[in-house]
Amino acid sequence: MSAANDSYDPKEVVALAPETLERAVAEARKAFEEAADLDELAAAKPAHLGERSPLLIARREIGSLPPKARSDAGKRVNEAHSAIQSAFDERREQLQAERDERVLREEAVDVTLPWDRVPTGARHPITQLVERVSDGFVAMGWEVAEGPELETEWFNFDALNFGKDHPARTMQDTFHIAPQDSGLVLRTQTSPVQVRALLERELPVYVVSPGRTFRTDELDSTHTPVFHQVEGLAVDKGLTMAHLKGTLDAFARLMFGADSVTRLRPSFFPFTEPSAEMDVWFPEKKGGADWVEWGGCGMVNPNVLRACGVDPETYSGFAFGMGLERTLQFRNGIPDMRDMVEGDVRFTRAFGVES
Amino acid sequence: MRIPVSWLAEHLELPEDTSASTLAEAFVRIGLEVEEVTPLASVDGPLVVGRVAEIEELTEFKKPVRFCRVEVGEEESGEQRTQGIICGATNFSEGALVVLALPGTVLPGGFEISSRKTYGRTSEGMICSSKELGIGEDLDGILVLPPGSADPGEDAIDLVGLDDTIIELSITPDRGYCFSVRGLARELSNALNVPFGDPATRAVPEEQQPSRPVEIQDSTACDRFVFRRVTGVDPTVSTPWWIRRRLALAGIRSISLAVDVTNYVMLELGQPLHSWDATKLTGTVVVRRATDDEKLTTLDGVERSLASDDIVICDDSGPVSLAGVMGGASTEIGPDSHDVLLEAAHWDPASIARMIRRHKLPSEAGRRFERSVDPALGPVAAEMAAQLLVRYGDGSVETGRTDVGEPIAPEPVTMPLALPDRVAGVSYERGVTAKRLSQIGCRIEVSTSDEGVGLVTATPPSWRPDLIQSADLVEEVLRLEGYHTIPSVLPHAPAGRGLDESQQRRRSVSRALAHDGYVEVLPFPFTGQDVFDKLGLDSDDSRRRTLTALNALETERSELSTTLIPGLLESLQRNVSRGHRDLALFHIGQVVQPDEKPEAVPELGVSGRPADEELAAMRAALPAQPTHVGAVLAGNRERAGWWGKGRQAGWEDSVQAARTVAEAAGVELTVTAGDLAPWHPGRCAEFKVGDTVVGHAGELHPKVVEAMELPKRTCAVELDLDALPLVEKLPAPHISAYPPVLLDVALVVDASTPTAEVTEALRSGGGELLEDVHLFDVYSGEQIGEGKKSLAFALRFRAPDRTLKQGEAIEARDTAVAAAEEHCGATLRS
Repeated sequence: MSAANDSYDPKEVVALAPETLERAVAEARKAFEEAADLDELAAAKPAHLGERSPLLIARREIGSLPPKARSDAGKRVNEAHSAIQSAFDERREQLQAERDERVLREEAVDVTLPWDRVPTGARHPITQLVERVSDGFVAMGWEVAEGPELETEWFNFDALNFGKDHPARTMQDTFHIAPQDSGLVLRTQTSPVQVRALLERELPVYVVSPGRTFRTDELDSTHTPVFHQVEGLAVDKGLTMAHLKGTLDAFARLMFGADSVTRLRPSFFPFTEPSAEMDVWFPEKKGGADWVEWGGCGMVNPNVLRACGVDPETYSGFAFGMGLERTLQFRNGIPDMRDMVEGDVRFTRAFGVES
Repeated sequence: MRIPVSWLAEHLELPEDTSASTLAEAFVRIGLEVEEVTPLASVDGPLVVGRVAEIEELTEFKKPVRFCRVEVGEEESGEQRTQGIICGATNFSEGALVVLALPGTVLPGGFEISSRKTYGRTSEGMICSSKELGIGEDLDGILVLPPGSADPGEDAIDLVGLDDTIIELSITPDRGYCFSVRGLARELSNALNVPFGDPATRAVPEEQQPSRPVEIQDSTACDRFVFRRVTGVDPTVSTPWWIRRRLALAGIRSISLAVDVTNYVMLELGQPLHSWDATKLTGTVVVRRATDDEKLTTLDGVERSLASDDIVICDDSGPVSLAGVMGGASTEIGPDSHDVLLEAAHWDPASIARMIRRHKLPSEAGRRFERSVDPALGPVAAEMAAQLLVRYGDGSVETGRTDVGEPIAPEPVTMPLALPDRVAGVSYERGVTAKRLSQIGCRIEVSTSDEGVGLVTATPPSWRPDLIQSADLVEEVLRLEGYHTIPSVLPHAPAGRGLDESQQRRRSVSRALAHDGYVEVLPFPFTGQDVFDKLGLDSDDSRRRTLTALNALETERSELSTTLIPGLLESLQRNVSRGHRDLALFHIGQVVQPDEKPEAVPELGVSGRPADEELAAMRAALPAQPTHVGAVLAGNRERAGWWGKGRQAGWEDSVQAARTVAEAAGVELTVTAGDLAPWHPGRCAEFKVGDTVVGHAGELHPKVVEAMELPKRTCAVELDLDALPLVEKLPAPHISAYPPVLLDVALVVDASTPTAEVTEALRSGGGELLEDVHLFDVYSGEQIGEGKKSLAFALRFRAPDRTLKQGEAIEARDTAVAAAEEHCGATLRS
């Protein structure tokens, strides 16, 4: 170490010589460049920027210079120091970036691995269809009405204008409940809900009633003894068959697309007069666009209105109904109706939670 | 109803080129459902009339075989040309006219006839049966044409009537008159605007005196009874081909002339007739209801016990016919009958309907009578049948006719002329209402009401007893004008209230379970007591109190289920049998829970709204039918995978399913240990809302698993969804932004202490500062001591208005622990 010494020639201070400083900068750059990682860089740092580094030694020599020379020398030292410091910083940033990239690369996973520890379940397509139909009608201001599956004959037949011994009553293949004269049946249609709606609600009434129904059909590819229907009922002042047609067309578009329409054929049901069978034009039908029999409908028989205490001189109404298993079958092109009732999870899973 | 087009056309002036499909479309347009349109199978080539000149019986074979020389037309010389034909039938003799398919003829089914060697002879063609020609199912032998009806060599295709089409219709119950050519042709005439000749328009001689005295004792049972007698009928004569052909095409077997003509007239006019052997009837004929102790052997040979509601025709020997449904054996037409009494009556449709059901005797006649028959037809129908017997049976009609009873004439109906327009939403042309109503046979009068409204009074024709109210007339106008003229107008419903709370809740529950891994199934609601046995239900368990379907499809599954578990387990088993192992199924559905002492269903009228008390009694007579939600689990709840091992579904999953349901429904369940079949007594949770038990969950009893052959440790849950209160929640949480203090405690309690109780004690003891309690470990082992368990809780404390100090939190924790000590005997784990 040199101390301030009068006999010493300041111009000869080697540590402050420009060549020395340049060499120190060059050596520092080289050392930092050669550091392969952040640890090596940290290890290289003291020799070039630490207490005993040439620069720090040089800085301490400045005081020994004559005042006039100090400014120059100080400037040189500062420039050299800042060059080394930025070489260090640059290298450190570079190495940090390399490290970060490596770490992320090493943490990469196979994102295609499955994570089906608990696979999502599914809801039955009939349930989903019921909701879709209900939503469509709710959007038009209708409400959803429901009722019990075990009904009295009065609700299921009498109030719907089925005469006690009329052949129409036996056409429906009814499940009767013991004893013989119990007056109880499993509802053969969701129409008893129409009667309940008219008895319980204020007029006007616009309701759809989806639900489970029962007939003694053997289970096969197109029949099931337990099935679902949806019925609609509107009772208001001035309703006409044109309104029935308009509602059915709107329903057809909801279910079968914008190009779908319905057509009516005269028919017979005890609870409607006039009555009609309804076909729907199904543009996406498997095997080509075609008319498909979809359900029955008509103007509510005045006898039904009377049995529910509604004056047929003031009010009129229309009603319609269709089987949902059948709707699902032709809408989706499902070959065998048994798949809808047997509960095989593969069938229901195909429909997901919402489809 | 199957009917050949040629028969319909006989009564209509149809344009030459009218096709069967035009007729079928016309039927559909006006409301008759066409099931099928079937052209008779085509026959090509030389099908000719032949006369059997000579029969040689070949006796060397095991079955009868005949070699016939059949004349097939004259040579130029005037000699008959003959063909040698082998034939296996024996219902013909020499001189018979037959239908012969010569070599080159192609019969229905592409069966080509050629000359061939068989039974040692050369057969140059085939003598045909009507079945082989595609007409009916007659297997009695070959088709024999009436003598003199054709010459050998004549083309047989037209003669036999092979160029025809069958239309099969499904007749709705309101249109009894359409069970006849008369009714169907009339409908076509209206649909196509072509003239119609009514086959019932026929001169009937004055009655003079009764054929046989008849006394109607119950006029509600029968309002018209006609007898006409034909004597000297040759019982050996066979029915002419044209009648047999029409019967066969309509699906009715030929029996004898006397029976065939009655069926023929029934098809043509719609009036069922019955032929009696007049010599077998004794004394006065009486029409009355039967008595409970009477018996009658019907012509199918079955002795039937009669009911007091049955209508019977009696002579001095007692009941001899089940009116309108089936004749009696004692007076039936036999092979020697020559004295034929033709009956044409009009019966009460409802009584006939009940008799058909009671005696399980559906028939062509019964089908028509229960839908009601034109009461004006009796004398005409009897006359037509009598004339056929005269013409083809060589009989003679006795003078006189029995015609007793007074049928009720249809009441006139008055309605505004414009009512059809109002119902259809269409402006029809002037005069349409009157035109259409007269077309269907109504007598029309047009008038003006005091208010100046145009009215029409229509008196329905005798064959339309279904036209009772104005709506019935409106339908007639609309269907004949065509439903296609009705426009499409969307009505504007008033603003609705959307789905109600229970409907929304059901959707939420269903979605929550599905998202949680459960797959929905829709099992049938039928079960049996044997299932309850397997489920281990006590004999007095209320779930055994079921209602039974009288006509179940499977007798052992005739009871309406009181619980969803049997159906779910059946679905589970079916899936297991199909190779699925890891299963979680759910079902939301109604169950039927009858009262111990059910109320009787009251009889209510339909002429007006029943009184509120009557409706209340009606509703009270129905059993409770709450909507339940149930789920079953088997196999792994969590699958094995690259993440590690799978986890078997356990009681905890089924309990959690209940919590999932409750959460979706927005209610909190109280869980306690339960003990109910079919669950494992130590692994059954009972759920309550307030004091109401709403369901159970857990692992099934091992004996149930064994008895029902279920996968080991199958779990189940069932909740009464309707028992969960519908709650409207209005949450308004206050969120503190101050930092929490987190403290853990481990508490030692008796192993039997429910964790829920300890948690609850901590929560209540922790006061307002305790924000959250989370159980993070349960430990039992030596360090804790026998019969004990350690529960480790993470407690989170926070103040609403300041940074909570550690000391305050510790104080609150100590109070919480003290509460657990007090209520559950918990001690801090050292």
